[in-house]
Amino acid sequence: MEHYNMNLTLKIWRQPNTQAAGRFETYPVSNISSEMSFLEMIDVLNEQLIKEGNEPVAFDHDCREGICGMCSMYINGRPHGPWQKNTTCQLHMRAYKDGDTITVEPWRANSFPVIKDLMVDRSAFDRIIQAGGYVSVNTGSAVDANAIPIEKDHADSAFAAAACIGCGACVASCKNSSAMLFVSAKVSHLALLPQGSPERKSRALNMVAQMDKEGFGACTNTGACEAVCPKGISIENIARLNREYMTAGLSAER
Amino acid sequence: MASRAAKERCDAGYGVGTTGQAVYLDFKSNLINKYGRAEANKQGIENPDIDTLIRLGKEVVKEEYGNLFDMYEKITGENPYEVPMRIYPAVHYTMGGLWVDYELMTTVKGLYALGEANFSDHGANRLGASALMQGLADGYFVIPYTIGNYLSDEIATKPIPTDHPAFLEAEKHASERISKLMNIRGNQTVESFHKRLGKIMWDKCGMARSEDGLKEAIRDIQGLQNEFWSDVRIPGVVNGMNPELDKAGRVADFLELGELMCRDALDRAESCGGHFREECQTEEGEALRKDDEYAYVAAWEHQSTGGWALHKEVLQFEIAKPSQRSYK
Repeated sequence: MEHYNMNLTLKIWRQPNTQAAGRFETYPVSNISSEMSFLEMIDVLNEQLIKEGNEPVAFDHDCREGICGMCSMYINGRPHGPWQKNTTCQLHMRAYKDGDTITVEPWRANSFPVIKDLMVDRSAFDRIIQAGGYVSVNTGSAVDANAIPIEKDHADSAFAAAACIGCGACVASCKNSSAMLFVSAKVSHLALLPQGSPERKSRALNMVAQMDKEGFGACTNTGACEAVCPKGISIENIARLNREYMTAGLSAER
Repeated sequence: MASRAAKERCDAGYGVGTTGQAVYLDFKSNLINKYGRAEANKQGIENPDIDTLIRLGKEVVKEEYGNLFDMYEKITGENPYEVPMRIYPAVHYTMGGLWVDYELMTTVKGLYALGEANFSDHGANRLGASALMQGLADGYFVIPYTIGNYLSDEIATKPIPTDHPAFLEAEKHASERISKLMNIRGNQTVESFHKRLGKIMWDKCGMARSEDGLKEAIRDIQGLQNEFWSDVRIPGVVNGMNPELDKAGRVADFLELGELMCRDALDRAESCGGHFREECQTEEGEALRKDDEYAYVAAWEHQSTGGWALHKEVLQFEIAKPSQRSYK
């Protein structure tokens, strides 16, 4: 790839805390390398802001290799920016050209309140996981490897669902702020495996109940979630969640 | 050895790419000869041509390492199935951690450290997947049996109030450190200190270390530490989300840990696992161990007066004996 430098105009959402009103601020950045990641570009801006005596832009990040699910920027109207199946940290500046203006916002959803600037509180997802996103296992003794045979296509589908990193792009892109893609990925991942069967029914019921309690909206099968998901989670999982939920509702003994 | 060679070539100015900090890894011969041929054999294809071998090799690599190849393409914009990868070694493990006993309890009574946070499982070098192994082994097989030993003596203990003297002392210590950091109001960013520390560690306490280099590194880090505590700038306020303050606390700790790692590396005048002392190598450039002198775990105890005291935990090998690693 040919390397080039660029000058950009950034319009970034600044909000001091959850209660305060936010606003867009405009910042120029110069000599940005096309080989930088998007977050490295924000790092450059922050160094500049601190040196000028201003507060840096607060944003979530951790692994910076697309697996932790922390980065969460809404870039030019799309979660994680313009590339398909990509997280913000994996977005590189060769996606832009000299003179571009880039607008960066936090995830927008009532269930994800803004903590500061581009950071949002996604603990609603943690509470949904706590409601049922686990399996019962015996600890203390080693289980023989491959003791439970699993069909390859089931294992592959479970793995594809387990690839969800819980970033929340699905919620941010949804006009209803629905968390159905996230919840369905977590339910599918365990429902497809024998290890997940002890809590299979209670899991579907409890996770959906918690999802509703957190205020996430309903699914209207628009598919925006699937289109922006950095891990390519399929909305087939939503269909599976609906089946799991219905079966559990009709047959669970409580 | 391959990593050291890659760094050496780049340092000598032969690196490739915009930064010059990379060497080529050409996967093509592996695609054809390793993965392609094995798959052709498996499928019973006799005398496969090159195109078939490449096609089969790509399928195998996609199944096994596809996610890594995709990550690479996202970073560089180049397709590693078609063009050589640009690679460079990087540090990703300290080969150590908090000291714990056999029950995984640290020197703080009742505080347990599991997984990568402790030193216990992986020896002088980290092997592939040992981080996952350690998390699973400690979590599944050790702690369920050991933590009960501690908890059983605490069963009658009432909740400890937050006005307990130990709590007040810890809170006072933490808030004093925070206000000290905030009141420096210097000119340099936290990030700039982190980068400079990283450069010192990479150059002098990285894949290859020497006595002179380590002594320089200790001096450099002490200088950097003084500069940090007199010239760091942390914007924002204490009572509110402040990622710079968070990072400053970590970098302050890294400065201490960095110096300790250099001291430990200086003390160990042998090569062993991830620790390669330039003075201690065979004629072929492999690690030269000195098991008669250094067959111990170095546990460094923080001293309230500053500095660290060394405790040696002798390693006894009854069945498997340590030996020089060889890929031949």
